[in-house]
Amino acid sequence: MSLLVVNDLRVEFKTPEGNVVAVNDLNFSLDAAETLGIVGESGSGKSQTAFALMGLLAKNGIITGSAKFEDKEILNLPVKELNRIRAEKISMIFQDPMTSLNPYMKVGTQLMEVLLLHKGMSKADAYAASVRMLDAVKIPEARKRMDMYPHEFSGGMRQRVMIAMALLCNPKLLIADEPTTALDVTVQAQIMTLLNELKRDFNTAIIMITHDLGVIAGLCDKVLVMYAGRTMEYGKVNDIFYRPSHPYTEGLLKAIPRLDSEGEVLATIPGNPPNLLRLPKGCPFQERCHRVSDICRTTAPELTGFHDGRLRACHWDWEEIEQGREA
Amino acid sequence: MVLSKPKQQAVSSFASELEIKGRSLWQDAARRFFKNRAALASLIILSCITLLVILGPLLSAYAFDEPDWASMHSAPDFAAGHYFGTDSLGRDLFVRTLMGGRISLMVGILGALVAVVIGTLYGAAAGFIGGRLDRVMMRTLEILYAFPFMFFVIMLVTFFGRNLWLIFIAIGAVSWLDMARIVRGQTLSLKSKEFIEAAHVCGVSQWKIITRHIVPNVLGIVVVYSTLLVPGMILFESFLSFLGLGVQEPMTSWGALLDEGSKSMEVALWHLLFPAGFMVVTLFCFNFLGDGLRDALDPKDR
Amino acid sequence: MLKFILKRLLEAIPTLLVLITVSFFMMRFAPGNPFSTERGLPPEVMANIQQKYGLDKPVYQQYLTYLGNLAQGDLGPSFKYKDFSVNDLVSKALPVSATIGSFAFLLALGLGVSLGIMAALRQNSWVDYGSMSLAMLGVVMPSFVLAPVLTLIFAINLQWLPAGGWNGGHLQFMILPVIGMTMYYISSIARIMRGSMIETMNSNFIRTARAKGLPLHHIILRHALRPAMLPVVSYLGPAFVGIITGSVVIETIFGLPGIGQLFVNGALNRDYSMVLGLTILVGALTITFNAVVDILYAFIDPKIRY
Repeated sequence: MSLLVVNDLRVEFKTPEGNVVAVNDLNFSLDAAETLGIVGESGSGKSQTAFALMGLLAKNGIITGSAKFEDKEILNLPVKELNRIRAEKISMIFQDPMTSLNPYMKVGTQLMEVLLLHKGMSKADAYAASVRMLDAVKIPEARKRMDMYPHEFSGGMRQRVMIAMALLCNPKLLIADEPTTALDVTVQAQIMTLLNELKRDFNTAIIMITHDLGVIAGLCDKVLVMYAGRTMEYGKVNDIFYRPSHPYTEGLLKAIPRLDSEGEVLATIPGNPPNLLRLPKGCPFQERCHRVSDICRTTAPELTGFHDGRLRACHWDWEEIEQGREA
Repeated sequence: MVLSKPKQQAVSSFASELEIKGRSLWQDAARRFFKNRAALASLIILSCITLLVILGPLLSAYAFDEPDWASMHSAPDFAAGHYFGTDSLGRDLFVRTLMGGRISLMVGILGALVAVVIGTLYGAAAGFIGGRLDRVMMRTLEILYAFPFMFFVIMLVTFFGRNLWLIFIAIGAVSWLDMARIVRGQTLSLKSKEFIEAAHVCGVSQWKIITRHIVPNVLGIVVVYSTLLVPGMILFESFLSFLGLGVQEPMTSWGALLDEGSKSMEVALWHLLFPAGFMVVTLFCFNFLGDGLRDALDPKDR
Repeated sequence: MLKFILKRLLEAIPTLLVLITVSFFMMRFAPGNPFSTERGLPPEVMANIQQKYGLDKPVYQQYLTYLGNLAQGDLGPSFKYKDFSVNDLVSKALPVSATIGSFAFLLALGLGVSLGIMAALRQNSWVDYGSMSLAMLGVVMPSFVLAPVLTLIFAINLQWLPAGGWNGGHLQFMILPVIGMTMYYISSIARIMRGSMIETMNSNFIRTARAKGLPLHHIILRHALRPAMLPVVSYLGPAFVGIITGSVVIETIFGLPGIGQLFVNGALNRDYSMVLGLTILVGALTITFNAVVDILYAFIDPKIRY
């Protein structure tokens, strides 16, 4: 049985200029201890997907569709029930650890309160568990650190604290919203290693939201490629990386700078993400696609399955792309 | 007088955006301002009050300091031309309220001007010279924020007499703190601009750079901010006059009229209500104007 | 933390010294004579008076004497009330002002903060609009307009409350003065609190707290309240000054024998030493209060302690 099954998830925002569809009919599933990567540019709707699952959307957001966690519907739940799921079953860590931790509270207090309020632990037990978790995320002198404030930690350490905080109640699913974007590359690597170890030790399923394909390659089992709120491609990580079936994925992969290319101009995907209030008719990617054709401008491609669980939304023929690759 | 934090922040963040976006930012702000109906209405009402205050006394048959022996302390009487009634000495209140308005508004504006001049020079100097002097000046500023300025001004008035000039200079001299802060912020960001470096390299003296280059560029923000200062000045002056420490008789201001009015409240209600009405409406309008300016400069979801 | 407290308190001393010195020398160099009357006094009498008040000595000596007296808590003789010292008069008046001032301050804080939080949590509801409109009203009506109007309604027309006087401090004599003084501050604090609370509730760490599944009351009380209070704490300094200043007018309107009245009468009667003494007293109180507020701020915000 899948841990999380998302069907036709749609997130709309009411704005004075009209309704913006940030997430457009998303479908995916996740098994226990599996890692799903959601990849896309800024504004592609990846963070909003996570917020919708956690009930953290802004007040003008409307969620439709279904998301079943352990066979129970979790979308649009009243806050009281949502609070029983948050931190205990599904946890979330955010992009900017500096502002995501309460600067006015000691780190220890912020860690312990999840245990005190969710598990009803005694203060002593919560303290011990928190220290153990800080050790697990490789923070030196854990006991001393419990009494410190967030501004006394470095960026990488703060993110470790956030991870520790998220894993304290041993949730089945951890949603990570661009956890390494605000960190140095070397620190990024450390965090990724940490996440891999924790994944093994705690058997947590992870949804990793990022725009960095390197992060995906290092951690994920499955990948969902999003653009303008829609799924462009969905499949296993090796398939996506070695045999991309969508021009957008192709573009993203080509844009990764490589040490073995000599003195060439860096490849980019020309243009900018579209204004969600004024989406073009047809495929949202049409203006930037290197394989665009007339049908792309009139009809939006349906998400179709092919080849053993993979999904793609593109008019271009899969066989032709494969052949072109071998050529 | 301390200005509210949101207004201060709105002006500073507008000031910092100004260098990047330049003229279009002003146009955007102006557009947002004129869309704000409350602010626009306030502007119109204030203009009407100003016109009334200037022209009104000329239209009335009475002078502000001549008693009308026929109607002492009488209620409003349209036929006799005493639109607002008379006070206990028989002087026409319509004219006196408007004359009082002249003084209150004038002191308000002039006081704001004094605050602006002092604050701008202080802030520009601190921001431009920087370093140790800047730190000292800012620390002094923080300390000054704590002063009970009203007491100081009253003390000045006690020692040096009740002179109209002294009053608005004194009021302005104790209210420049916010202005200094904002100007300093603006100066700090201007300082790193190329044209300042160019002037420096050409050997222009520090003082000349401050007055010829920095101050004109800061002027826009300063003008906007001074509008926010005026109601505080009016209040300050009224406060003084209410206590009997403001303008000297027979000249009057709204504060003085309120003092007289509240003393004769039980027998001559009009004496209190008309000046009070004018004052409240003026302050209300300035408040909406200030809010409108803040929203125009820094639109955020309220 | 202790270092911060000490540093802050020590900084207060030179500030106080500057205040005293500037005020003293202003008094000394003021034109005219506090003792001149319309009739004009014969020179021998004038010389006697000068000698009595030590005004015939050189300035720097007068200054040092004054400082010495101040250090012992002696504010000098009143120039107007020949048989009393400033201390005598102040000690009788201070309790009155202190009582009304404290009530006003606590009321402003309590009501202002509560109203602000309520309005923030029910943003854009009628609770929000209603309380903020009332707040707007409080802000535009200066105390010397509000107080007479309140007196008119409640004392003269409805006759529920006395129109003035102190009467040993009975509760009913305090109601109108306190309301007159606090309206403005309840409104200001409510507006500041509301804005600050809204901003805090929208911050990232509150989002984290919600993601941790913490109940709303816990989030508000333990996570949001502390940082949201910071702007209000910063405002306490100016609020304190404002309430003391406001007491001047309120005491005049309601005829309360407090230091505000003392001050105004001193100004009107040209009782120089009274005016000087009171300015210094109020200045000292303000400086101390501001130091306390700064320390309080550092308690709440760990980032500025070092």
